[in-house]
Amino acid sequence: MGIQTSDKPLLERVKESEQDKFMQASVAKSQDAQHIKREDSRALLGNWEQWRELGEQIRQRALKYLPDYLEQFSDNVEKNGGDVFFAATEEEAVDYIQKVVKETGAKRIVKSKSMVTTEIDLDKRLLAMNQGLQLMETDLAEFILQEDDWAEPTHIVFPALSKNRDQVREIFMKLGYEGDNDPMHLARFARKYLREYFLKSDLGITGCNFAVADNGMINLVTNEGNADLTMAIPKTQIVVMGMERIVPTMNDAEILDNMLCRSAVGQKLTSYVTFEKGQVAGETDGPEHFHVVIVDNNRSRALGSEFQSILQCIRCGACMNVCPVYRHIGGHGYGSIYPGPLGAVLSPILGGYQAFQELPYASSLCGACTEVCPVKIPLHKLLIEHRRIITDQRHMQHGLNNLMMEAIGIGTGFPWLFRTAVRFGHLGLKPLASKGEVHAENFIKPEGSVKGGPGLVGGWADVRDLPLPPKNKDSFRQWFAKHKENQPKPGDQKANQ
Amino acid sequence: MKVVIFSTCVVDLEFPNVGIAMTEVLERFGCDCYLPKDQICCGQPTFNSGYAKGTQRAFRNQIDALLSVDADYIVGPAGSCVAMIREFPEFMKDDPQYADKAREVAAKTFEFSQFLWRVLGVENAGAELDGRATYHRSCHMTRLLGESESPYALLAHVKGLEMIPLENAHDCCGFGGTFSAKEPEISRQMVDAKVGHIVDTGAEILISCDPGCLMNIGGRFNRLGKPIKIMHIAEVLNSNVDESRISYLKQMPV
Ligand code: SF4
Repeated sequence: MGIQTSDKPLLERVKESEQDKFMQASVAKSQDAQHIKREDSRALLGNWEQWRELGEQIRQRALKYLPDYLEQFSDNVEKNGGDVFFAATEEEAVDYIQKVVKETGAKRIVKSKSMVTTEIDLDKRLLAMNQGLQLMETDLAEFILQEDDWAEPTHIVFPALSKNRDQVREIFMKLGYEGDNDPMHLARFARKYLREYFLKSDLGITGCNFAVADNGMINLVTNEGNADLTMAIPKTQIVVMGMERIVPTMNDAEILDNMLCRSAVGQKLTSYVTFEKGQVAGETDGPEHFHVVIVDNNRSRALGSEFQSILQCIRCGACMNVCPVYRHIGGHGYGSIYPGPLGAVLSPILGGYQAFQELPYASSLCGACTEVCPVKIPLHKLLIEHRRIITDQRHMQHGLNNLMMEAIGIGTGFPWLFRTAVRFGHLGLKPLASKGEVHAENFIKPEGSVKGGPGLVGGWADVRDLPLPPKNKDSFRQWFAKHKENQPKPGDQKANQ
Repeated sequence: MKVVIFSTCVVDLEFPNVGIAMTEVLERFGCDCYLPKDQICCGQPTFNSGYAKGTQRAFRNQIDALLSVDADYIVGPAGSCVAMIREFPEFMKDDPQYADKAREVAAKTFEFSQFLWRVLGVENAGAELDGRATYHRSCHMTRLLGESESPYALLAHVKGLEMIPLENAHDCCGFGGTFSAKEPEISRQMVDAKVGHIVDTGAEILISCDPGCLMNIGGRFNRLGKPIKIMHIAEVLNSNVDESRISYLKQMPV
């Protein structure tokens, strides 16, 4: 699939999302439910703000010394008997994985959930390169999307959030399901279907929540246990990880797991929190061959830049669960596999401004994301940073008329110009104003309001009425000047009486 | 006590009542108010749109204007604009001419309700307003300025006013400055959700500390033909004041 899921303009995607009433309702419901679960589970832990500071420090340290930690990690993986491959690009990552598939002669691949493999479009590429290869996503939501002809994910934690139980039932019927739309029956069917598949699999591909530098272990966090089967059954395992998934020690991983689970799903811990490093001598489960593919794919663009902090992200999805824009436009609205505030910051870095220059503007900068982020990424500030680069440095046209903004910049920089605006605001907007009924009392004036116009005024007035500015004589500044004149001055006759 | 009024461009252009009410309340509590005429705007519209360089002039102008009177405090009727002023030291830290001034401005600037409650220690402003109202908390005032108590504390003491909690109060109303005009299709859905929650409270009055949000929500109410009365908190606290009702906090908020 790659990062970009759609090349339609933002506006078109927004309009499509608005048509999808089921999606909007289920996102709103899930946001509201997560709000309660997340806040409760954080309160249970106590001292949440201090935990955030700790989480931020751990992630910042990992990034500051990233080359060293990556080296330490890869040395340790090799010591444990595994192989490590550094992939600068998605092509390099896919080529290496393809080489392993060929060498092992794998016929049936099982995969557990991994955003980075979606990012590098691994599934479809492997299937295209290997005739007769079977490949199965085993995370329930990813399984549903795969069976729905590789439908695009809408959330990094809940990828199938936009599918309802009837849609899932229909998808499963193609696989032989005959029951009703009860989620329990549907899940039971998927479990049996996937179990049979697991038992015959010969290669497992997993993602990686955290990679522990000082012992070369991989940390995976799931609720379904499918990642554990993906590691336990096939003889070969390939772990694919973004290069920033590193944490220095087990201790750090434990702290972050705790914060990840609470932030992602509002649980103290998920059902499965696993550390592994390939087969341990004397045991029968776990892969005999263990590969780790560490993917850059433009992440290093952020390193050392004003965007470095976005690499702190632990992919909890909390920022999408609080985002009022995501609430309405959903994952598809962003046109990226990384949606929401995280996606609006990360997608232009990984995928370039050409494809994603509209995303940094799809935010009211309300700051809910920055407030909720467990590792304190200043998301809304990074969005402004993108806007700055797009306008100041790249001089891109982005719908909002540059000239108009420059005019506002000048208007807010020169006092006399602004005073002129205050003086003539009423007259200036009067031609655009029309009389109408007053519903918003103490705000819209009987003499009329603006209901349409050019440029920004039009964007505003498409949605809401704008009161006609007061006549100059009725402005606050005029009132204040008169008010001060009438006030007794110290030393005045009046003041002394 | 000398107070400079940071009027904000929105109040200068659209909301004279808010400026007037704020001045009258502040004077009632002994503030000697000044309105420097060269002030314009905190610079948010252009800065948040990415015009960082183009906004430098606005920052410098605003700092010079607000410091042109040697006052004890600077008080503004908009949580969002005050939050912006508090960020000036960060924006100007590499400007040798303005770094110190930016810190000075930020240190003495307060949002109106915050100033009454936290600095003056006002518990009851003496106001009376009969009606059912709900309060819209602005994102920037709560999250960036970090003030989520003062308006509720002051409104709780307004005689005759019944405050009804607003569902999903934490969700943005869709204003977002130029966002509202640049992304109307998203902003409309956000403001409609907010309007829906406000209508559900059954309140007749909508109160806020941010004129920008009030402009957005009020303008949408009017477009939809739904009745509401829009009031800034300064107007509420300036309603039917009986000075004998005024009281001060026994203990200052921390
Ligand atoms: S940016 Fe923060 S809140 Fe969003 S997914 Fe990443 S860690 Fe979670």
